[in-house]
Amino acid sequence: MIQAKEYVRPSSLEEAYQLCRRRSSVVAGGMMWLKMENIQKQTIIDLSGLGLAGIEEDEEQFRIGAMTTLRMLETHPGLNQEFDGIFRECTRHIVGVQFRNGATVGGSIYGRFGFSDILTCLLALDAYVELYYGGVMPLAQFAAIPRSITERNILVRILIKKDGRRAAYRTVRRASTDFPLLACCVAKKGGQWQISLGARPQRAKAVVISENEESCGAEGWEEQEAIRIAKEGVKAFSFGSNLRGSGEYRRVLAELLIRRLARQLQGQGEAGSGMGSGREQSKNGTMTESDQSRKEDNRR
Amino acid sequence: MKIQFQLNGKPVQAEIQPDTILLDLVRKMGCKSVKRGCETSNCGLCTVWMDEKPVLSCSVLAARAEGRRITTLEGLEKEAQEAGRYLAEEGGEQCGFCSPGFLMNVLAMERELDSPDEEEIKEYLAGNLCRCSGYMSQLRAVKRYLNRRKEG
Repeated sequence: MIQAKEYVRPSSLEEAYQLCRRRSSVVAGGMMWLKMENIQKQTIIDLSGLGLAGIEEDEEQFRIGAMTTLRMLETHPGLNQEFDGIFRECTRHIVGVQFRNGATVGGSIYGRFGFSDILTCLLALDAYVELYYGGVMPLAQFAAIPRSITERNILVRILIKKDGRRAAYRTVRRASTDFPLLACCVAKKGGQWQISLGARPQRAKAVVISENEESCGAEGWEEQEAIRIAKEGVKAFSFGSNLRGSGEYRRVLAELLIRRLARQLQGQGEAGSGMGSGREQSKNGTMTESDQSRKEDNRR
Repeated sequence: MKIQFQLNGKPVQAEIQPDTILLDLVRKMGCKSVKRGCETSNCGLCTVWMDEKPVLSCSVLAARAEGRRITTLEGLEKEAQEAGRYLAEEGGEQCGFCSPGFLMNVLAMERELDSPDEEEIKEYLAGNLCRCSGYMSQLRAVKRYLNRRKEG
């Protein structure tokens, strides 16, 4: 269990930052993982007095405070409408409702855990992090930094632009509520596909693949394009083995997930064409592109 | 350090250490329904409500309870008895160790979701582990409890 001699709830970011620069201090997010660490600290810094638990939405972007809980992401209508329900999809398998009412987006992102569904999801959206020291930086850049170097900083917000991209998310889990064996998020904006893979089991990263415009319009081209994107996509990643599965198994799963999610996005059409229409159709019993491709996958 | 909060509707004060965990505090204050089952933020046995939202009290610093409303099963006696009766009738009550945390989450779900279907019930309660029942009896009990007014 974590032990500390002092508890401070700063009333300003500057105070929080000054405190966190001391090596003897630790910043608490939701404390879901932190409390299990066998460490002794002088000071626990609680960011819950800074008004950082909330999601602001305007015409151009979402600003997500670091203390926003995973449950708030899961149930936020604006976020889920803008990004086709992926915030619900990437959170609902994480342990349980009680856990998600505690765990924070700041904790997930600052921790840059290999198993993180949240990091995998946000990397496909071209999100930015707002740090107290250093300002705004692309999440991809932040996620690539080894943890120890940036340890003494305060993550203030996550910023996500409303750039009209469509997105889809899926994980494979050994058992419901377990850590993911593999996490995959695919987004499409204009002629660009953005693919993010996490739990490989390494930390998530994302790659961009351009659409092959020449293939457009030929018989069955969408399926061919999805297959090509999936094949190209997995080449950009390394896959490792752990107790949940081998690297080779992960590579096979990754190709399958990318292809299915790409097909799902092709079915939804381009930006602005009805938010989450695929899901609504599915509820009414009409077969969607994603259902179709799932059936095709089953037949193979 | 001293904190003030509401415990089961009553204003209370407590002397805590900076690293005291809410689970240990509420047990010390007499709420013995709150159990520690796993130590890995995973089992749901320690579920309490913080401002009416179910949380894992094993992962909350007691200091964070300052000014908040904390509810345990002891504060929901009548509802808990009624839901517990369905659990017992369906054979969902075996060793009973997980029941308080489970009931806390069932009662939270009842407040948050409007007529949940089976999939929604399972998803909401997935974070409550039980090592006796296999969950079928609990699911029957929850469905009957949620439909109790129709059942008459």
